[in-house]
Amino acid sequence: MQRQCYEIAWRIGGPQGSGIDLLTNIFGRACASCGLNVFGHREYHSNIIGRHSYFDLCISPEPITSHRESPDVLVTFDAESLCRHLVTVADGGRVLFAADDAEVPLDSLPFLDARFKGALNNTLSEAGLPRNTAGLLEQARHRSVQLLAIPYLEMLTAMADECDLSRHQAARAINTLAVAASAALLGLDDGLLIALLKRAFGKDQAIFSLNARAVTKAYEFVDEQHSASASRPWQLNQPTDRETLFLNGSQSVALGKLAAGLAFQTYYPISPASDESVFLEAQNPVPLRNGDHAAPVILQVEDELAAATMACGAALTGARSATSTSGPGFCLMTESLGWAGMNEVPLVVSLYQRGGPSTGMPTRTEQGDLQFAIHAGHGEFPRLVLASGDIEDCFYDAMQAFNYADRYQLPVIHLLDKTLASSSQTLRRFRYEDKKIDRGERLFNDDPNAIPVDRFALTSSGISPRPLLGQDNAQHWLSGAEHDARGQVSEDPVMREQMMEKRTRKLQQILRDLPLEEKLRIYGDETARFTVVTWGSTKGAVWDAIKRITQSNVEVRAIQVRLLSPFPAGELAQLLTDAAPLVVVECNYSGQLNALLCEHIGRGADHLLVKYSGRPMSGDAVFAALQKIHDGDGLPHSVLRNSNE
Amino acid sequence: MSDKKTRSQGHDSLFHSDRVKDWCAGCGDFGILRSLEKTLDRMQLLPDQVAVFGGIGCSGKTPYYLKTYGIHTLHGRVLPFATGAKLAKPGLTVIAVGGDGDGLSIGAGHLVNAGRRNVDLTYIIFDNGVYGLTKGQASPTLHYGEQTRAMSAPSMLEHINPLSLALTAGFTWIGRGYAYNVEQLCDLIEQAIRHPGSALLTVLQPCPIYNQLHDKDWYAGKDLGNGKGRLYSLQDEGYDPVVQLDAGQALQEEKMIQCLSAAQQWGTRIPTGVFIQDLSKPRLLDHITQQHPGYTSPSPAEQPVCDKHGRPLSRLDTLFDALSVHIPNANSSQS
Repeated sequence: MQRQCYEIAWRIGGPQGSGIDLLTNIFGRACASCGLNVFGHREYHSNIIGRHSYFDLCISPEPITSHRESPDVLVTFDAESLCRHLVTVADGGRVLFAADDAEVPLDSLPFLDARFKGALNNTLSEAGLPRNTAGLLEQARHRSVQLLAIPYLEMLTAMADECDLSRHQAARAINTLAVAASAALLGLDDGLLIALLKRAFGKDQAIFSLNARAVTKAYEFVDEQHSASASRPWQLNQPTDRETLFLNGSQSVALGKLAAGLAFQTYYPISPASDESVFLEAQNPVPLRNGDHAAPVILQVEDELAAATMACGAALTGARSATSTSGPGFCLMTESLGWAGMNEVPLVVSLYQRGGPSTGMPTRTEQGDLQFAIHAGHGEFPRLVLASGDIEDCFYDAMQAFNYADRYQLPVIHLLDKTLASSSQTLRRFRYEDKKIDRGERLFNDDPNAIPVDRFALTSSGISPRPLLGQDNAQHWLSGAEHDARGQVSEDPVMREQMMEKRTRKLQQILRDLPLEEKLRIYGDETARFTVVTWGSTKGAVWDAIKRITQSNVEVRAIQVRLLSPFPAGELAQLLTDAAPLVVVECNYSGQLNALLCEHIGRGADHLLVKYSGRPMSGDAVFAALQKIHDGDGLPHSVLRNSNE
Repeated sequence: MSDKKTRSQGHDSLFHSDRVKDWCAGCGDFGILRSLEKTLDRMQLLPDQVAVFGGIGCSGKTPYYLKTYGIHTLHGRVLPFATGAKLAKPGLTVIAVGGDGDGLSIGAGHLVNAGRRNVDLTYIIFDNGVYGLTKGQASPTLHYGEQTRAMSAPSMLEHINPLSLALTAGFTWIGRGYAYNVEQLCDLIEQAIRHPGSALLTVLQPCPIYNQLHDKDWYAGKDLGNGKGRLYSLQDEGYDPVVQLDAGQALQEEKMIQCLSAAQQWGTRIPTGVFIQDLSKPRLLDHITQQHPGYTSPSPAEQPVCDKHGRPLSRLDTLFDALSVHIPNANSSQS
């Protein structure tokens, strides 16, 4: 596939707990500090230590919005990672591996999935190669992959002596050795790595010295043994300044919440949602422009039932309140969601989707909760569901979610997923300073004779000015039971109808109020008939694919649906009138957005592209699928598969 | 504020609501409601300063019948709702009410964790041994082998003792009252509200429709034939429940054992009053304030989030700096 000549797709694999996260972050930051765009993507098992994980970084002078399925550079220091990823390396790519891993039998690797191990063994047998890493390395050599055996053990032993440490202690720096060796091979300035290691380990001189020594050692080894890469994007002299951030989706959501004035967040530990809350805890207290500090309560509670109800309780007092969870936790929150709908509580729920149902795949991705988010809870009540498509969206949508919640007085579900949570990207510092905060219509009353007040006054917009708990002269009731304007329980049929209609009117008001770009966004050639509709994190892969397909003079547009409930049916119906072919792309089994299109505008996809392996789509895969559709070979329903992920 | 404007007509309580109560005649709920009204008045609280959260069931309707902020929540979830409001607005007097099924069955997890948190709120359990509103099924406080009117067979389950559960969960004020001893109940409610931590007050009450075993006569001890009621006050017998702030572990354990022992008494002599008041335990609100001294002034509920133009007040520069890819020295030397 055609790629930007300065683009580098880099991958590192290793056992969990071996520190590849940290070193990948450092390597990514080093690349970004040269003014390059970096997109990172992380895959890991639901395990603490030992199971395989890997990290992809795509580095380019041009913006990138998804990972690549075949890396140009693969960095490993264990046999399992070598076996899992060697076959995916691009022809002519480079592989760093442990010299000791040159002849490891595949059958000796306990964590290699039986299906995958069997497939590798079969291929090797058919090719007449030994069923071990030597066979795999030989196969790679045939594809002109350059193989660099790194004598990690030898180097670590030397480092132990040099730094006066035990071999066991020195072995902790194997991650740094591996990453630095790849950086040396790519010709990156070692001073950048050292500076970032200083920042990461600054407080612990011994650890810093060991890791700095690892960098030097790796650079010396590569200089002696190998010539550095010809493609050196770092030498493009791209401008760089303090404005560029490298962050992941969880951090972006957290920052957006703080910009919005988050005052109260509850959570129960769950993958992949809790990273956001843990990050929030570490940011307290939050500086304010007037010199003061805010101290939002970020509280770990007993379960998701408590998380959602406690956030509701706080929201009633006027605190901007949220909770953050993933599928199984969201299941427990459905009763609170109904209560918040019934009592018109501004509650923000950040829902990080993961592979379901049940425990499903806790650390893998899926866009499988769209229909659930729209319908969660018994009975009918308005809620607003919005989905972020990338890490920048995560910030602004998290911020805006509170405005929607306050303005329309309803639960707002901010749909995210594991892909967004654990992808990282270089982005410009967010410009939030002039974004408006909207606390919605409030009820104030000076007249003690006029209490209790009408909390749920019947209005044409459906929005009743809101009094807060503990506010002077604003006494009222709230109830999960159907109620009258003051909040007193009522089973009167006319009152019931009026209240159902009042609450539901807010949905029409939302559709009238929201500007088009909040409902959906159009990328590519706006006039093209070839139309790709997507939502959520899949947008990144679609956008990458659209950019590439456009280079071959194909006119195509992508529509990212951002507002999922209430559904922008009018706008979409109009936009899709001439769409041909209409392609819908999403990471779930059944095509949940496609079902919404059928439901609301009576038109579904000509070609539905889905993926439900628990891994995100890549620009590579979407590009290939769209190309096929463009060539007239597309099927009505295609599953994007990659058995090596 | 004149009395005429704020008090219900012909009633002396600021907290009295004219709404017709749909509880059954003879229900213990009336006594608890009356006690709440009287206590809140006696403490000179104003309706704007109090929020009463109710669970689901007959007792959960209590908030409708008080003229203050009243929140009818979800079955079992009354404590987290109440805790959220209290943490966001610590100045609010927060009272949670609910039945024994609400608190000890479907809400048991929250009860345990509310004890751990030791947040300054008052939780009143209306304990009548049955699920009244769903027509009389056994609730968690009904003892093993007991069979109330609507049950087809005696209870096959051991009961839960709310007092000992509350003690092990960490509630720092634990008391028991009786719905028809309004004088004592008022005193207990006031103590629970004044206690600067998590207070659990369980109130024994007859359900005249479904619980024929524990009716007014039973509590009055008519079947005992000794002229005495079953209920007695621990405090009348010199029981001292207080663990002072600086009490050592030994004294604290002694008081816990005393509480546990008193909580086990049932049958012919049933203790009421204060079982324990432990002032030595850490409180979540104190910890939050220690970590972030600005937390209560203003509270999360009152913290402004934007200026008069609607622009955000938060200043994220330092947070962004930490995520910036710029490496000051290294970048300047980069060729």
